Amino acid sequence: MEAMSPLERVLRGIALTLVVVFFMFPIVWILLMSFQTNETILRIPPSVVFTPTLDNYAALITGKLQTAAGTLDIAFMRNLGNSVFLSVVSVAVALLLGVPAAYAFARHKFKGSEDIAFTLLSFRFAPPLLVLLPLTQYFQWLGLSNTYFGLIWVYQLICLPLILWIVRGYFEDISADVEYAYRIAGHSWFATFRKIALPLAGPGIAAAGLLAFIFAWNNFVFALVLASADKQPVTVGALAFVTASGIQYGQIAAAIVLSITPTLALALYAQRYLVEGLSLGAVKG
Amino acid sequence: MASVTQPGTGTRGFRISKRVLPYVLSLPALLVCIGILIPFFSAVIYSFQRYRLSQPWARQFNWGENYLNFFTDPGFWNTLRVSLLYAGTTVILELLLGLGIALLLQRRSTVNNFISIMLLLPLMTAPALAALMWKLMTNPGFGILSYFASLIGLENFRWASSPDTALLTVVLVDIWVYTPFIMILLLAGLRSLPTQPFEAAALDGVPRTFVFFRITLPMLTPYILTATLFRLLDSIQQFDIIYAMTQGGPGDTLTVFQVEAYLNFFQSTNVGRSAALLIILWAITYTLSNVFIKNWLRLRERARGEA
Repeated sequence: MEAMSPLERVLRGIALTLVVVFFMFPIVWILLMSFQTNETILRIPPSVVFTPTLDNYAALITGKLQTAAGTLDIAFMRNLGNSVFLSVVSVAVALLLGVPAAYAFARHKFKGSEDIAFTLLSFRFAPPLLVLLPLTQYFQWLGLSNTYFGLIWVYQLICLPLILWIVRGYFEDISADVEYAYRIAGHSWFATFRKIALPLAGPGIAAAGLLAFIFAWNNFVFALVLASADKQPVTVGALAFVTASGIQYGQIAAAIVLSITPTLALALYAQRYLVEGLSLGAVKG
Repeated sequence: MASVTQPGTGTRGFRISKRVLPYVLSLPALLVCIGILIPFFSAVIYSFQRYRLSQPWARQFNWGENYLNFFTDPGFWNTLRVSLLYAGTTVILELLLGLGIALLLQRRSTVNNFISIMLLLPLMTAPALAALMWKLMTNPGFGILSYFASLIGLENFRWASSPDTALLTVVLVDIWVYTPFIMILLLAGLRSLPTQPFEAAALDGVPRTFVFFRITLPMLTPYILTATLFRLLDSIQQFDIIYAMTQGGPGDTLTVFQVEAYLNFFQSTNVGRSAALLIILWAITYTLSNVFIKNWLRLRERARGEA
C-alpha cells in the first residue's frame, strides 16, 4: 500500500475521476437544466453556457405553468407538502412504537422475542405489492383509501423495522450496569429508561429517525397504489407531472431538484450513520 | 402501564412488571404490523381463485389453476426470465464495481473520504426520481446521453424506448443508484479488517494479487455475501425504476414480477394471476431472505462484538 508507483498513482487517479463523473454527472446535469429555459435545453449540441433563470422554480412555487395552450395549474407544492407530512409523521409514529420495542428486545430475552424481532425484519424483504394490492380493497371497506392515516400506517412497514433494528443495536451497546445501579438506587423502570437509556442512545435514535425519514420520503410504490393526486408525495407526483406537463423540461428538472434536495441534504448530515442504517445495524461505519 | 412501573412499588410488583414489561413495550409495534399480515393471507386466497375485477360475479376458487397456467404461459416465462436477468446483471455489475471503488477508496484520506460521501448521493435519491433524471438525460430530442451516443456513432440510440436497449437503460439507472450501497458496505468492511496479516504479507514481499485473493477476499467474504444478498433481495423485486422509466415497456420487454403483477391488477384487472405472480416472487424472496438473515446476523454479532 505504501509504495505506489507513479504509473499506478495516475491510473488510480483516472479511475477515481471516472467514478466521480459517472455518479455525480446526472445530479449536476439536472441541476443545470433546472435553471434553463426550454430553448436552451433543446439546443443541439447541448452546452453548459446559458443565462440562468429562476422561472422554472417560480412556476412550480406559484403553481401556475405557462404553456402554449394557456395557463396550467400544477399541484407540485402540494406533493412536496405531502412528502414532508407523510415522512415526518411516519417517523414520529415509528419512533414512538419502535424505540420502546427496541429497548425491550435489547434488554430482555423474553419468550418469542427473537421471533417477533425477525417477523418485523422480514417485512422489509417481502414484495410490497403482495400486501398492497389486497390492502387497496381492505382500505376501501375501512374507509382508509386515500387517507393520510392509512398511508402513515403502511409507511410503518418501511420505518419500523429500520428503527427497531438500529436502535436495538445502540441499546445493546450501552452497558446494562449503569441502568442496574440507577434501579438499585430506587428509581422506577420508566425513570431509568428516560433518564439513562434514552439519552445514551440518543444520537443513534436521531440517526435512525433521519434514515427512516429518507426511506419514507423516497418510497414510491405505497403511495402509487394507495393515494390519489391530492395525497401523493413527490415521488409519485413528479411522475404524474411529467405526463401532465409534457414538454416543460425545465420545470420537470426543477421539480426533481426540489424533490431530491431534502434527502440528499439529510444524507450528508447523517452520513456517519448511513453505513449502519443501510445494513440495518449489521455493519458499523 | 404506569401503575405497574411506578417508583416505590414493592419487590413483588417489580417482578411481575419485569415479566410483562417487554411484551407491553413491543406489542404496539407488533400490532401495527399484524394488520398488514391480513392482506398477505388474502393474497394467498386470491391466488387460488378465478378473480377478475371486471367480472366479480364469476369469482370462484379454481385452486391451482392460476399456477398451472403459468407452465404454458409465455408471459410468465418472460417475467421470470426478465426478473432473473435484471437481478443477475445488476447485482453482478454492482458487486464488481462496488468492490473496485471500495478498494480505490480504502486508504483513509481527505479526498477518499470526500468521494465516498459524494457517492452516497445517488443512493439517497429516490429510485423513481432517479429514473426520471435518466429519462431526461436519455430523451431522444435533447438528452445529453443521446447526444453522447451520437458522438460515438450511435445515431438514433433510443435507450429505454427501444426493446433492444430498454433493459440496458434501466440496469444503468439501477447501477447508478445502488452501486454506492455495495461500495459503502464493502468499504466499511475493508477498513475494519485487522492489519496484521497485511503487514506480515508486506514484510514477506508477498505479491499483491496473492494478498488480494488469499487474504483480502476471504476476510471480506461475510461483507460481500451480506451486501450481495441484500441487493439480490431488492433487485428481484425492482419496481420503482422500471415503472417510472418505461412502465414495463416497450411491449413486455421489462415486465418483471412486481411490474407485471401491478399491470395485471390495475390494467387487465386479473387479480388471481397478479396474486399468484406475487406469491411466487414471495417464495423466492423468502428463501433468499432466510439465507440472508443468517449471514446478516453473523455480521451483526461481529460488529457488536467489536464495539
